[in-house]
Formats: sequence, C-alpha cells, structure tokens
Amino acid sequence: MTSELDIFVGNTTLIDEDVYRLWLDGYSVGDAVALRVRSGILEQTGATAAVLQSDTMDHYRTFHMLERLLHAPPKLLHQLIYQIPPSRQALLIERYYAFDEAFVREVLGKKLSKGTKKDLDDISTKTGITLKSCRRQFDNFKRVFKVVEEMRGSLVDNIQQHFLLSDRLARDYAAIVFFANNRFETGKKKLQYLSFGDFAFCAELMIQNWTLGAVDSQVDDMDMDLDKEFLQDLKELKVLVADKDLLDLHKSLVCTALRGKLGVFSEMEANFKNLSRGLVNVATKLTHNKDVRDLFVDLVEKFVEPCRSDHWPLSDVRLFLNQYSASVHSLDGFRNLPKAVRPHLAAPPPLPQRVSPCGHQRGCHKT
Amino acid sequence: MPGKLKVKIVAGRHLPVMDRASDLTDAFVEVKFGNTTFKTDVYPKSLNPQWNSEWFKFEVDDEDLQDEPLQITVLDHDTYSANDAIGKVYIDIDPLLYSEAATVISGWFPIYDTIHGIRGEINVVVKVDLFNDLNRFRQSSCGVKFFCTTSIPKCYRAVIIHGFVEELVVNEDPEYQWIDRIRTPRASNEARQRLISLMSGELQRKIGLKVLEMRGNAVVGYLQCFDLEGESGLVVRAIGTACTLDKLSSPAAFLPACNSPSKEMKEIPFNEDPNPNTHSSGPSTPLKNQTYSFSPSKSYSRQSSSSDTDLSLTPKTGMGSGSAGKEGGPFKALLRQQTQSALEQREFPFFTLTAFPPGFLVHVGGVVSARSVKLLDRIHNPDEPETRDAWWAEIRQEIKSHAKALGCHAVVGYSESTSICEEVCILSASGTAAVLNPRFLQDGTVEGCLEQRLEENLPAGCGFCHIPYDELNMPFPAHLTYCYNCRKQKVPDVLFTTIDLPTDATVIGKGCLIQARLCRLKKKAQAEANATAISNLLPFMEYEVHTQLMNKLKLKGMNALFGLRIQITVGENMLMGLASATGVYLAALPTPGGIQIAGKTPNDGSYEQHISHMQKKINDTIAKNKELYEINPPEISEEIIGSPIPEPRQRSRLLRSQSESSDEVTELDLSHGKKDAFVLEIDDTDAMEDVHSLLTDVPPPSGFYSCNTEIMPGINNWTSEIQMFTSVRVIRLSSLNLTNQALNKNFNDLCENLLKSLYFKLRSMIPCCLCHVNFTVSLPEDELIQVTVTAVAITFDKNQALQTTKAHVEKSLQRASTDNEELLQFPLELCSDSLPSHPFPPAKEHLESASSNSGIPAAQRAVTVEKTSPMGEGNFRNRSAAPCANSTVGVVKMTPLSFIPGAKITKYLGIINMFFIRETTSLREEGGVSGFLHAFIAEVFAMVRAHVAALGGNAVVSYIMKQCVFMENPNKNQAQCLINVSGDAVVFARESELEVVSTQQPAANCQPACTGGEVTT
Repeated sequence: MTSELDIFVGNTTLIDEDVYRLWLDGYSVGDAVALRVRSGILEQTGATAAVLQSDTMDHYRTFHMLERLLHAPPKLLHQLIYQIPPSRQALLIERYYAFDEAFVREVLGKKLSKGTKKDLDDISTKTGITLKSCRRQFDNFKRVFKVVEEMRGSLVDNIQQHFLLSDRLARDYAAIVFFANNRFETGKKKLQYLSFGDFAFCAELMIQNWTLGAVDSQVDDMDMDLDKEFLQDLKELKVLVADKDLLDLHKSLVCTALRGKLGVFSEMEANFKNLSRGLVNVATKLTHNKDVRDLFVDLVEKFVEPCRSDHWPLSDVRLFLNQYSASVHSLDGFRNLPKAVRPHLAAPPPLPQRVSPCGHQRGCHKT
Repeated sequence: MPGKLKVKIVAGRHLPVMDRASDLTDAFVEVKFGNTTFKTDVYPKSLNPQWNSEWFKFEVDDEDLQDEPLQITVLDHDTYSANDAIGKVYIDIDPLLYSEAATVISGWFPIYDTIHGIRGEINVVVKVDLFNDLNRFRQSSCGVKFFCTTSIPKCYRAVIIHGFVEELVVNEDPEYQWIDRIRTPRASNEARQRLISLMSGELQRKIGLKVLEMRGNAVVGYLQCFDLEGESGLVVRAIGTACTLDKLSSPAAFLPACNSPSKEMKEIPFNEDPNPNTHSSGPSTPLKNQTYSFSPSKSYSRQSSSSDTDLSLTPKTGMGSGSAGKEGGPFKALLRQQTQSALEQREFPFFTLTAFPPGFLVHVGGVVSARSVKLLDRIHNPDEPETRDAWWAEIRQEIKSHAKALGCHAVVGYSESTSICEEVCILSASGTAAVLNPRFLQDGTVEGCLEQRLEENLPAGCGFCHIPYDELNMPFPAHLTYCYNCRKQKVPDVLFTTIDLPTDATVIGKGCLIQARLCRLKKKAQAEANATAISNLLPFMEYEVHTQLMNKLKLKGMNALFGLRIQITVGENMLMGLASATGVYLAALPTPGGIQIAGKTPNDGSYEQHISHMQKKINDTIAKNKELYEINPPEISEEIIGSPIPEPRQRSRLLRSQSESSDEVTELDLSHGKKDAFVLEIDDTDAMEDVHSLLTDVPPPSGFYSCNTEIMPGINNWTSEIQMFTSVRVIRLSSLNLTNQALNKNFNDLCENLLKSLYFKLRSMIPCCLCHVNFTVSLPEDELIQVTVTAVAITFDKNQALQTTKAHVEKSLQRASTDNEELLQFPLELCSDSLPSHPFPPAKEHLESASSNSGIPAAQRAVTVEKTSPMGEGNFRNRSAAPCANSTVGVVKMTPLSFIPGAKITKYLGIINMFFIRETTSLREEGGVSGFLHAFIAEVFAMVRAHVAALGGNAVVSYIMKQCVFMENPNKNQAQCLINVSGDAVVFARESELEVVSTQQPAANCQPACTGGEVTT
C-alpha cells in the first residue's frame, strides 16, 4: 500500500511556524521529518512517523505554492487563492526575507550577479547554511535590488512599500542594496571582525549624508549612489594635512579641548598627524571607484589599526573624532565649507571595538 | 420580455503575461449571455487593465435567466494571430432573481482557465431588472428560494412543509461526442462546464415550477448531483423539500415580502391536467402518472397519489391505529389518521430535511434503505429520460413500502446517491422512517385546540424514540422495553437514523464518530454478468456493514446512531462499503449490553485462554470508552421499569433490499435468527480479524471529538474559531496480495491514518470537535482507492462547559415553569423565536429522573442537546468576546454546518452551485498529483469565496463537495479533475456585534463593502 496522493486544504491556510522555519532553512522533507521527530513532537502528540511525514509534505507543498507570491509580497495580500489572516501573512513575509548573519557577511558588497550565485556552493560549505537557503537569501537580495534599483524616493521606504517588510528588516535591506550597488569590499580578513550590524549602521549614515538623496530628494537612484560632487569636494580637505600651519592649529585645537578628558591623551597627541593624514587621505581618494570600494579596508588600516595598537578605548575614539571634526569649523579656511566637510566627518569609520549590533552610537554625530 | 440583465466590466488585475516580448498583455473582455455577446475595448499593454465599460444590457426571458449562466471571457488581443483566451468566469445570476436575496453581484472574480487554473482577477458588476410576469403558463420559477441547508433556515419560519420534489435532466456528455476528437482539451472542458451549468439551471427552474404548483415558495435541503455515465450520457438530478417559508422579522428590519410568489401562485388555478403544449418536453398522459414515471414534463399532481394504495406493498393501516390506541388514547389515533391522510396525498412522503421544527417529528421507526444495480444504456432522447426516472421511482417506492412496514407514513433525512463503474450503476436511497405531526404539512386549517392538547401529552425528550409500529405485529424481531425516560411507552434497544439528533433529545455524555469499513473482491466481468455479481454481493456487504456498526456501537457503550450514511462504491474488481454515523447514548433507550466472544472449539485449552484474553480486552475497551465519552447513565432499579434489563439480542433496524436489473425485489432479514446477538463467534481467522479490527480503532487524542452530524451532543460552548477543510488521499494497492482480508486492512488503515493526520494537523485548535465529517470513497482505477473527507473543526471552551451547563439548566427550569402559559400561544411563539431552542425544555423532566435516581449532580450528566444548540442564547453572553470577532473585512468563512458558531445568520443570499474541471498536461511540473489537486481545491475554495463576497456575503453554510473525480495518467504526464460544490451564501453577524447594534440593521453592518476589493486580505 503506497500513498499516491495525500493532500489537506483548509479554507484558512494552515501555517506551521516550525515547519516553515525548516523549509526556509532549506531542509529536505526527509531531514525536516527527522528534525521534527527529534524535537519530541511524536511523544507530545501521540502521532506516528507516517503522520508526521504526510504533514510535513503537505506544509512543504503549501510553502512551495506560496513562494511565488512571496516574491512580490503585495500579491500575497491581494490574491484570492489562499485565505491567510493578516498577522500570518506578515509572519510569512518577514521570515521569508529574513537572512542569516553568516551568509550576508559573505555576500555583502559583492555584485549580485550570476557569478556570485555560482559561489554559493562554497559559501554553503563554509557557513554550514544549506545551499537551498543560501539561494533563497541571495535571490531575495537580488530581487529587492532589482525592484528598488531605479526608483525615486527613500530607499527604505521603497523597500518597505514593495516588500512589506518591518522597519528593521527594510533598513537592513537598504544597507545590503547600498553595499551591493557601491561594491564596498567587506570580505578582507582585516574586516572579518565587523558584523553586518556594524556595516548596516555605516550604510545608514552614508545614505543619510553622502548620497544624492542627502542633497536632493527628487532624483532617481538617490539613496544608492554616492554624490559625485560631494566626493569631489572632499579633495579640498587635503589642505588639512598639506598646510603645516593648519595642521598644527587643528592639532592644538583638538588637544586643548581634550586635555584631561582622554585616557590615551599622550598617544593621541603623539599620533595626531598620522591619524589626521590617514583620515584625510582616505577622504580625498574617494573620487576613484577603486578607492571607494576599499573605503572600509583603508579606514581600518589607516585609522582603526593605529588606534587599536595604542589600546584606545571606544569612548576616547568617539571623543577624539567628535572633537576632530568640530575643530575644523574653527579653522580659517573652513568656515565657508561646512557643507562639504560636515558630511565627510560624519562618515563613520569602522571602529576597533565590537559594539553590540544595535548599539549604533559610534561615529561622529555632529550635525 | 420579463428581464433585463446588466453587466459592467470594471477592471482586471494580476493578469498573466501574454506577450513574451513586452512582458505585458493587451486584454479585452467578451460578455456572453445566451446567444448575445458584447465586447469591451482592448486595454493595451497592462497587467492591471481598467476597462470601466458601459453597461452591457441583455433583454431576456426569465426562463433563460434561470437556465443560463453569465459567461465572461478575458482575452489577449493579437493583431496577427487569433486572440488568446486568458480565462473565463461563469456567474450564476440566480441569486438576483428572488426579491430579498442579493440585489447586485459586484466584486473581484478569479479568472479561471481549465488548463492553467486561476489567472488573475476581474472586477464585474451585475444587476437584473425583473418585470412581473403574470403568464400562467410560464416555464420559469423565479422567486422560489433554494437552500442547501437541511433544516429550516435560521431566519425563516416554516409555515407549511409541503414535501418531496425531484427532477432529473439528461444530456450527452460533451467529452464523449465525436467532436471531442478534434477539439482541444480546453474547448472540451469548457463545453462540459457550460453544459452542466445550463443543466443545473434548467433543473432548478423545473424544481421551482413544481414547488409553485405545490404552492410553496422555497426548497430546503436541495441536493443536486451529477452522474457521469460516460458513453451513455450525463445525468443531473436533484431532490429537495418544498416549503412555504416566512421570513422572521425579529431583530432585523426586513420586510416580510418573501411569500409573494406563493400568493401569486394562488391566483393561478391549480391545473390538474396541464395543457401538454405548454410543456416543451412533450405530452404527459394520466396513464404515465399512474405508472410513476417522472418525466420532467409531468407535473406534480394529486392524481398520482391515488395510485399509492394500488402499489403499496404492505399497507399496514391497522397496525398504526392499534398501537396508537394503546399509547395515547383517541387523540393519538386521530392525529395519526390526520397525518396519514395528509401524507397519503403525496406521491412520496419524503423529506430531505435532517433537523426539524420542534414538535414536527413524533416517532422514529428506523433506517430504511434500498439499492438497485442497473446497466447503463445510451440515453437516446434526452427530452424523455424515462428509464432514469423509472429507476428512481422504483427505488422510492421501495423506500416507501419499507417505511410502511415500520408503521411510519413518512421518510425523513432522505437522500439518494449513485456509484458508477463502466456501464454498471448502483442506485441507492436511504432515509429514516418516521411519524410526523401534521401541523406543518398542510394549510393551517386543521390546526386547533385538539392538537395543542396532544402536544401536552407528548413526552418531551424521548417521544421520538417510542416505537411507531405495533408491538404484537413487529416488522422484524426486536426487543422492546419501556422507555427509560417516561416509563410509559415502548422503545427499542438500539436506534439507527439518518437524521440529526433532535434538539429535544436527552443524551448522556458525548457522542462520537463511528465508521464501518468493508471491501469485497469481485471478479472482473462484463455487463449482465457483472451486474449479477454485484447484486449477489450487496446483501452480504450490507449485512457486514451493519454488524460492524452494531459491534462498534456496543464497544462505545452507546445505543443510538444518528446521521447514518452508508456508501457502497463499485469498482472494476471490488466493492467498497463505508458507513459513517454519530453514536450517542440516548437516555430513553436501555443500556447496551456488552460483547461476548465464543470460540467454536472449546476443547482447546490455549485457545480458550486466548478467547478469554480477547474478552477481557473488549470489556476493558468498553469501560474505557464509557469513561472517555462520559457515559454514566443513572442506575435504574428494576421495579421502576417493571421488566428485567433486556437480554441482549441483536436485531436490525435496517430494512433494505437489492433489486437486480431484472427489477426483482427481495427483502433481507438482517436479524440473526434466534442467535444470541452480542456473541461474536470466532470460528475462523476471518472472524478473528474482525474482532481485531474492532479493537484497532483508536479513539481521537484527548481534546478532540468527532461526529458526522451538525452538532456534537454534550458540547455546548463553541468558540468562534472554525476551520473547514478538505483532505484527499489515494492509495495504490499492491496487486500481489489482493485478498478480502488484506483489502479490508488497507482500507481500514487508510481511513484511520487519514483521521490521525487530521487530528495532528488541527492540534493547535484543541480543544476542538470535528463536525460533519463526511467521507466519500471512490475507486478511480483498478488498484486505486480514493477517500475524500470534508469537515469543519470548531473549537470549544473547556473551562466554561460546566458553568454554562449549570446556567442552562437553571434557565431551562425557569422556562419550564412558564411553559404552561406559553402553551396556548405555541405557534406564535414559534414565529417570534428565531432561535432553534425547543419551547418544551426537556430539562425539567430529565432533571427529575436524573436527580431522583443517583447522587451525581444533575448538571454534570443532564446534558440535553438543546444546550448544544449553536444559537442557544446564553451560551455566548457569558463568554468573553470572540478572538476573531474583529477579523478583517473580506474574510469568507466556509462550513458544512448550517450555522456559524458565535454568530447569527442575518440573510440568505442564494445558493452557490459550482462545477469546475481542471486538466493538466504537465503534471510533474505542477508538483505531481498532490500538487495538482492541492492547487485545484484551493482554487475552488477561492472561487466559491469570491462569488459569495461578490453577492455581499461573508460565509457559506451547508457547504458540500458533492463530487471530486480525479483521473491521472502519469505516463502521459496528464491529470484531470472534476469538482462540484454547493452551499448557501449568507451574511452573518457576530453575536457580540449584534448586541451592541441591536436595533440597527445587522445586515448592513456586517456586510463587507461588497466591492470585494481585498477579499482575502
């Protein structure tokens, strides 16, 4: 006796959260059944393995049919075929677009192309995430990217509107899209200590301050591409290190303000020129695409690592950077250039200490 | 020119991409009704076209309005080649034809294609302007309301219940016409869908005409079925119960304008001999009436009833009065005669209802059923489907005579079904023989004080159990005792019925689903030989099914079955029998005895031991079941009854027969002669298997209950969460070990596993009850068995069970005390009381008996079904607000029940009767057979919901999937499926909402903005 056909269709579509998670994680029906058995569900419910198998198959089939709709979440809301309560719809969408930290770190900043897709095998082996799940996550990134690529308006809003994601998830996707578009290098060994949250935080600030959207809210691609004009303006910063007087003046302003407040004051005082030169050099090179991609690598090399070798605590780094950018405004030549400088100095150099992913208080919030 | 149909095509959305180059579609719409077609403009390059068309107007006969569906086709315009069809929408405009149902159909309909499934949606508005037609010879029956619900619909009152109406129409099946060889599968499927739609329209119209002739205004318990006879044609048949209904004007401010059709009809003289020319389908002669032919041309007439006596096989008029004299004195006799005369005017005193107004059902005799095996032949003249009519007439006649033999003059809970395999067809009919109260059967003239005094004498809560037949002249051997409730009259020891548990019945404990399952191998044969083989097998199957039911009932410690449905399915090489019913313990019937096992070879020691081991297991199971279902009847001292606890003897409440194609009628006596009935003799391995299988049925996991009736006895605190579902399973039998035994085991496992899966799937709803569990078995191929289940899971509140019960008992007591005053106004009270609670609460009497007999608190045991009544007031008041009361607008609930827990139906919008075909030539790509059927059933649900929403409704009640025919050819990567569903579209309002806005019009409040924009959001 073999079961040829075995289906269950409810007027309200039944969604089992546990099975949905297994499906999203890319387990085969067989593996999913084994995992469910291990969870002790048979003992709890008194069901047999055959029942579990049938139930899992059925849910998998339902999810498979829903997947087409999940690719365009508004469709899920307007379709008539599956009657699903709104809270469940939201859950389906949110979980479908959720991604693994380990996975996103592998593809962040990479071009979302066929080439990258071919590497998913390696990513799967490396991260231990099933290939199926990797593909889903990659396709999600790519789909969101394609849809919002040439759209007007705020990136986060666009994502939210077209994919009905929660605010939190939409912001993450904005970061992913922003990184993919600008192809920032994040995979270097030096950058491994940084979490996706760290990058997402940087992305948010850069979108706010460095893109076309920061200047004009009515252009295509406004939140995706960096403002070329702004990058050009950054070249002006060179004077901060080229002009010896200005450099000294800047240093003395910062030192006066921070004296007694910094635990690593002497180190800072000794290193000021190096640090300043490092930061300014990173900024002035950003007119070249290659250097834009290496932004984070350069920041780590030129600024983060020197600080780290001197054991700067995080609070000192913050104080220093705040003061560093604030003092610039007092310099003679810069009073007329606030617009160009401010955004740059608001740029968040990735910092040595890992802060909890949501503790986004780093960088210079000087506006 | 009695009607103008107006259609407006508003917009489309989510259309499929039809032009690969642009990834867009140039869509336009064709609107067709009858032979007239209109087209919209092409809306270029869009997947969400906005046509916003003018009003397309069709001027048509109301006859066509009833028959024809509105056909909307969405196409993709192509400049160079033929336009491609995207899909179609068929809209049945019948609900617009009676005054108080829907006034407009407006909403998003899924665009359906038989090959691709649903492809986007279209927004359509449909209206009808009807002119009054006073033509007395008219062929249409606009205004007659149809209900699938097998009880009096909730917001109506039955003035008169006229009785049985039936009709059938036949046609050639387009699938088997020569043209099918050259046309595409799509064209063939569409031809079939359209034809069936037309035929059901025609059928409904003809039934409506019969109802008007009977001066009714509605059909309740309308059941329409298709017989796909293959080569020999397509039969659409329907049965129902004609009624005159009155709209209850209680909470909602509705105008009671519903009886206008009947009034209208009264002006028309009753035509005994209708002019043959007025009937399109040919002349009918009085002679035909006499011989019981039911050609559609024949009208319902009184003439035919006169022939009743000629044909009735066992006219036992004397018997009825005999027992009556004993029971209730002269009043009773009079009542009986009155009823009898009222019913004898009817050709077939059948009622498709399963639940009745209080006081309607007087006594229940038992199940009557008849089957007949027929050889299908080509239907030569579709206008004269005489053979099919004659077949059914024969069977109905048989049912009628069985009922007579049981001393009953009516059959309630009546239904008909067929099973077809190649050219052999088994026709089945079954129902419950009953004695009815004449009050509802004729015009109010006979109503008088006489009857009301009679009502007083009727014992509450047990009356229907009392035998209607004569004790000394019993139609079959039965063991009778005095009723355990009133102690005055005789009751049988077990009772089988096809109806729902009467609301006033006193039940102890909870009920449960009981199934008997059986397979019998049969040699492959052709034509006559095949029919004979089947005819020979049938009696044995019936016997075994019955024995199984009886044994399982005993094993559960119960004494009555309700909602019994026995389905016999014929396949190429086997017959399957599946009986489902809900077992209960009726307080009025005696406690069932146990089951004893006896071995045939008593000299073997180890064998003896084995037997005693089995006996112990059985006894344990019975004890466990009694505990599980809370069956703890009061101990009754023997003096009270006056006779010893009956010695268990098996007897049958079933009378049935098989007739071969030769029309020979044979009756089968199912009682085992004089054998001691509860003794199971284990004389061979077969019997051993039987005993084993008895014990393999596992009870549902704790927190779950199941029944196949509308409501579960013993559960009364439903919460509002419901989940209707359909589950289909097909298994392939390995052809190697096809023995009866292996077959039985396979089939048994299939059903049991299916139930287990359901329990597992729905575990999040615990505590809950599966209600109206409806199993259907079919044998699509040699080694395939298909089981389809539709049911609804309803959650209930465990904690409040006790509390509500108590409250109820108190309330009932109060009501009981006021009963005497109310009695005089009994009929009036009926009208104003929209709740189906019984005006004679059985609680009073029951409480007396219960509390006097034992120390157990009455509230715990004395559970009457009245309390379980879904609409029972008080149940909902003291319950916290329903969790999904504030559910999103646009959700459409579906349920096979006639009610929605925690809610009140405020309006019936019309019948939903839909037929779909889906075919695929890429089965693997669509996820195999499971993926294909899963998607199709989901689509069918979606289309039903969309139609209901477009009518302005928010639920379908009495939903039933009447057919699900699935055929596959995996080698060709093909599959085809036909599904037929029906139900009543309604508007409901939550009880809580109703209380808040009590005086306002609830219909308007709860009706979702019927643009239906976000139907399933």
